[in-house]
Amino acid sequence: MATPESALPVPQPYRPPVIAPGYTPGTVTDKISAVVLQRTPKWWYLAFGLSFCLMMVFLGAVTWLFLKGIGIWGVNEPVGWGFAIVNFVWWIGIGHAGTLISAILLLLRQEWRTSINRFAEAMTLFAVACAGMFPVLHLGRPWLAYWLFPYPNTMGIWPQFRSPLIWDVFAVSTYATVSLLFWYVGLIPDLATLRDRSKKRIAQILYGFGAMGWRGSAAHWHNYESAYLLLAGLATPLVISVHTVVSFDFAIGIIPGWHSTIFPPYFVAGAIYDGFAMVITLALPLRAAFGLQDFITTRHLQNMAKVMLATGLIVVYGYGIEIFFAFYSGNQYEKFMILNRITGPYHGQWLALIVCNALTPQLLWFRRVRTSPVPLWCVAMVVNVGMWLERFVIVITSLHRDFLPSSWGMYRGTVWDWATFAGTIGLFLTLLFLFIRFLPMISIAEMRAMTPGAQGSEFPEAAE
Amino acid sequence: MNVERRPAVYGLMAEFADPDGLIRAIRESRQAGYRRLEAYTPYPIEQVSEALALPRSKMPLLVLAGGLIGLAGGYYLQYWVNLIAYPMNVGGRPMHSWPAFIVPTFEMTILCAALFAVLGMFALNGLPQPYHPVFNVPRFAAASRDRFFLLIEAADPRFDRSATAEFLRRLDAREVAQVDD
Repeated sequence: MATPESALPVPQPYRPPVIAPGYTPGTVTDKISAVVLQRTPKWWYLAFGLSFCLMMVFLGAVTWLFLKGIGIWGVNEPVGWGFAIVNFVWWIGIGHAGTLISAILLLLRQEWRTSINRFAEAMTLFAVACAGMFPVLHLGRPWLAYWLFPYPNTMGIWPQFRSPLIWDVFAVSTYATVSLLFWYVGLIPDLATLRDRSKKRIAQILYGFGAMGWRGSAAHWHNYESAYLLLAGLATPLVISVHTVVSFDFAIGIIPGWHSTIFPPYFVAGAIYDGFAMVITLALPLRAAFGLQDFITTRHLQNMAKVMLATGLIVVYGYGIEIFFAFYSGNQYEKFMILNRITGPYHGQWLALIVCNALTPQLLWFRRVRTSPVPLWCVAMVVNVGMWLERFVIVITSLHRDFLPSSWGMYRGTVWDWATFAGTIGLFLTLLFLFIRFLPMISIAEMRAMTPGAQGSEFPEAAE
Repeated sequence: MNVERRPAVYGLMAEFADPDGLIRAIRESRQAGYRRLEAYTPYPIEQVSEALALPRSKMPLLVLAGGLIGLAGGYYLQYWVNLIAYPMNVGGRPMHSWPAFIVPTFEMTILCAALFAVLGMFALNGLPQPYHPVFNVPRFAAASRDRFFLLIEAADPRFDRSATAEFLRRLDAREVAQVDD
């Protein structure tokens, strides 16, 4: 009788390890916690200082906005959605890679995610914080932003639940809350490690507060792992829903170029594309600065580059389908919108978008580009710019020339628009530098479990 | 009269250098009849949970309950606002326009389920817990680095200060320490 097929050893393709050989739970702990517990490196003060100055630009721009109103921005009829919405969509998209890495790749058992998930989740939180600024500032009376939430009030009125803008409030606030919870739950065991290892009293107290008395009990880990996995399962549909709802802001409207069913998948793919570009943009310098090449290996760079390439191709498909349907629809406004987008006054932005988002990433087909940090970083940076341009082109070209030629107009961002945008980059970097200084940027507990022999000798394959 | 106050004993703690030693020790302790056991590891190990015969986690049920509460609450909020509290007839369109209510309902489902997951995990684990006797053992700081600990509680009916200590020492423990309460 032939051996049953399941009994035959299945040949496994060679996979480079996700963590360099020779590490034990102890050395992993020492190496990652040393980044936090060592003396502050000099370059950190410089980098943090520059980011902080940029954040002060934000403070200045917002102060002037509060004094004068949104008239200081370039928005006016017919383009009522300018930089604020462009930046909102760009930032929130960047956040998506963090949730994808932490939740979806966890469910898919992609072990390489462990080295980058903590830091990508932090990126998500800070990007969502930046994104949240724009719709609130755009309200005109930002101090009344809480009117968006359904609460019993003396005015006796309620939000309009049929509006995508209210859906956005629910989607983005849920996303921010769940991302924060997920990040914090992941941090608890590592905060306990820092509590036990720091020498300074104040650090012991503060990390101790954060760790909540975590002691690594097996019964606790049992509930913890279950909760973490369930959170990942909840975050997975959530992340898909968030950019879908953001795309509804456009797709539910009847403006030519927006009223399209391709928008939700096209937006989600674009978000992951841009998010991975941002993870690469940030991870490569940090890995070099802290000497973490053993944890963020060439395999990580390759995998992130491949995700970028795949999602980039979906985005390019979206561009193609937009053009196809404009003509296939037979609708003169849709046709005009596409021709105006490609040949009209904003043709330069459209061309730059195609170069950045469709052509440059094709370099990622080459292994040498995927595995060498500097070219990969450059491609990622170009994609960051390209995805900002994409949102600019979507928002502006559809609005500036819609149905009636008598109501056509032009839009350009003012110095205040640019200052607000640059300021949120400052806010993002400030938060990021605080994070890498005071919290472990790689999950220590999860990395320990990846070291050889960590699961005990009865499961040798787990130690691979 | 000046009686020196001696701390009560919470249990005995044995330290191991690798997961295998801990797993073997748990099995033998259970075989010897000890039931009030607790293991401490720097990262989750499936075999440790199995050796301790931990019951299934209640987390999935809690999260399901949270999700259902969010689902029902989110939908009912919109139903109540649009049909009861603040009905607004715009061009005779239906008040109960359920497709438009799906997005907030979905988001509320996820939000409540996630809150139940995190708060439920804290509740089941009894966190935050600022004080616990195991922290009285100086070596225990290594439990968050690379050491594995087995604790036999004094509340265990078979616990005997010297016999249990002897038993733990025979399990190849690197060190056996008394945990003061």
